[in-house]
Amino acid sequence: MKLKERQQQEIGKGRALLIRIASVFRFVVRVFKEMFTPPFEWGETLNQFYLQGNRTLLLIGFTSFLAGAVFTRQSRPSLIEFGAESWLPSLVSIAIVRGLGPLITALICAGKLGSNMGAELSSMKVTEQIDAMEASGTNPFKYLVVTRVLATMLMMPILVVYADTVSLFGSFLAVNYYSQITLKLFFTQAFESLTFLDIFSSVIKPFFFGLAIGLVSTYAGYNASRATVGVGKAANQSVVISMVFVFVIDFLAVQILGSIR
Amino acid sequence: MTDTEPLALKVEHLYKSFDDRPVLIDISLSLHRGENLVILGRSGMGKSVLIKCIVGLIEPDAGKITILGKDRDALDLKALNRIRQKIGFSFQGSALYDSMSVRENLEFSLKRNAGIHDQQQLDQMVHDALEDVGLRHAIDQMPAELSGGMRKRIGIARSLIQKPEIMLYDEPTAGLDPVSSSEINELILEVKQKYHTSSIIITHDITCARTTADRIIYMHDGRCYLEGTFEALDRQDDPQLETFFNYYKNNER
Repeated sequence: MKLKERQQQEIGKGRALLIRIASVFRFVVRVFKEMFTPPFEWGETLNQFYLQGNRTLLLIGFTSFLAGAVFTRQSRPSLIEFGAESWLPSLVSIAIVRGLGPLITALICAGKLGSNMGAELSSMKVTEQIDAMEASGTNPFKYLVVTRVLATMLMMPILVVYADTVSLFGSFLAVNYYSQITLKLFFTQAFESLTFLDIFSSVIKPFFFGLAIGLVSTYAGYNASRATVGVGKAANQSVVISMVFVFVIDFLAVQILGSIR
Repeated sequence: MTDTEPLALKVEHLYKSFDDRPVLIDISLSLHRGENLVILGRSGMGKSVLIKCIVGLIEPDAGKITILGKDRDALDLKALNRIRQKIGFSFQGSALYDSMSVRENLEFSLKRNAGIHDQQQLDQMVHDALEDVGLRHAIDQMPAELSGGMRKRIGIARSLIQKPEIMLYDEPTAGLDPVSSSEINELILEVKQKYHTSSIIITHDITCARTTADRIIYMHDGRCYLEGTFEALDRQDDPQLETFFNYYKNNER
C-alpha cells in the first residue's frame, strides 16, 4: 500500500474517533439536559424502575448469598492461623459493604440490564419504532433513554443495600456452620466495624455505577446501526464497556475514599 | 395553513447523499390539498429517503421543504414536533411499538402530544380509529399476534388518531398478499375521503399506484423522471418507464 493511502486511512480513523467522542459527549449532555427539562416521563421512569428491579432481584440475591458464604469460608482458615477467628464478622462486613456487594451488583446489572437496554433500543431502531415515535412528534430520547438512565441510577443503590444484606446473611450462615453465633451477635459485630463513610460510599458509588451502565447501554442501543447485526453489537458493547466502566469507577472510588480515610 | 392555500407540501431542489453517494438529486415536487400523490420507482431510488427528509427523520444536504405553509428549516424542535403531529407516517414495516398492545400504541401519541389523559375520551378515540381500519376486535392484542396486513392497518390507525392533514405512506402494500394489498389500497382511498388528507404514497406496486393515485411521479436515479396521471404515464413511450410498467404488468397476470 502506498504511503499516501496509508496516511489517508490513518487520518480517516482519527477523524472517526473524534466524531465518536463528540457524539458521546453530545449524548451525555443531552441526557442531563432532558433529565431536568419538563415534561417529565414519570410513569415510564417508574415502569423501568420496577422492571429493572424485578429483572435482577433474584439473581443478585442468589449470587450475593453465595459470594458472602464463599468469602467467609475462604477467609476463615487464614484468620484461624493468626488466632483471629472472632474478627471474621468484621472482616467480612468490611469486604462486603466496601467492595464485594457493590461490585457484584454492578457486574450483574451490567450483564442483565445493560444487554437488555442495548438490545431493546437497537432492535427498536432496526424496526423503525424510534423513527415512528419521532415522526409522531414525541421525543423518543426522553421516553426511551432518559427514563432508563434515571431508573438504573436510582435502582442501583437500593439493589446494593439488598445485595449487602443478603451477602451478610450468607456469611452468617457460613460462620454459624462452624461456630455457634447468634444472628444478632453477628450483625452487631459486623456493623461495629463499619464507619459512616463505608455506608455512605456503598450508597453513592452504586449511583455512579448505575449512571455509567445506563449511559453506556442506552448510547450503544440508541446509536446502533440499522442492520440486524447492530442489535448483537449493541448488546455486546453495553455489557463489555459497562463492566470496564464499573471497574474504573470502583478504582477511582477506592482512591478517593482512601485519601479521605 | 388556511383552507385557501392550495399546497399542503412543497419540496424544492432537494439533495441528499450518503458517504458521497447521491441518493436524491435536485428533487422538486408539490402536494396539493386533498391530493393523493404516488411516488413510483424501483427499490433503492431514494423514495423512502425523500419522505423521511420531509418529516425530518433524515436531514437533507440542500434544498427547501415547506410543510403546511411553514419552512421546515426555520422551525425549532418544538415547532417541528407540532408540524409532525399534523403528518401521519405509515412505515414500511408498520413500526408498531412491540412492547405495547394495540390500544397502548394508539394512545401513546394522544397522551404525550395532545395531552389527553381522560380514559373515556381515549377509549372513544381509539375505538373510532380502529373502526376506520376495520380492526376494532384487535384492540387488546399485541403487535406480534397480528398479521402483516393487520399491522399495516393498525399503523395507519395510529397515524389517523392524531387527525393528520398530510399522510405519508412508505410502501403500504410491500410484503402483502393481493387481497390484503387491495384492502390497504381501499383504506388509503377511504382515509382521503373521510379525513380529507393530502397524501404521498411511496410504492413500486403498479396496482397500488393505479388504484390510489391522482397524480404519479416516477423517480429514477434520485430524480423526478416523469410526472402525470397513471394513464398518461402508461401511454409514455419511454424505455425506462416501459420496462418498469411491463415488468409489473406481466407479474400481475
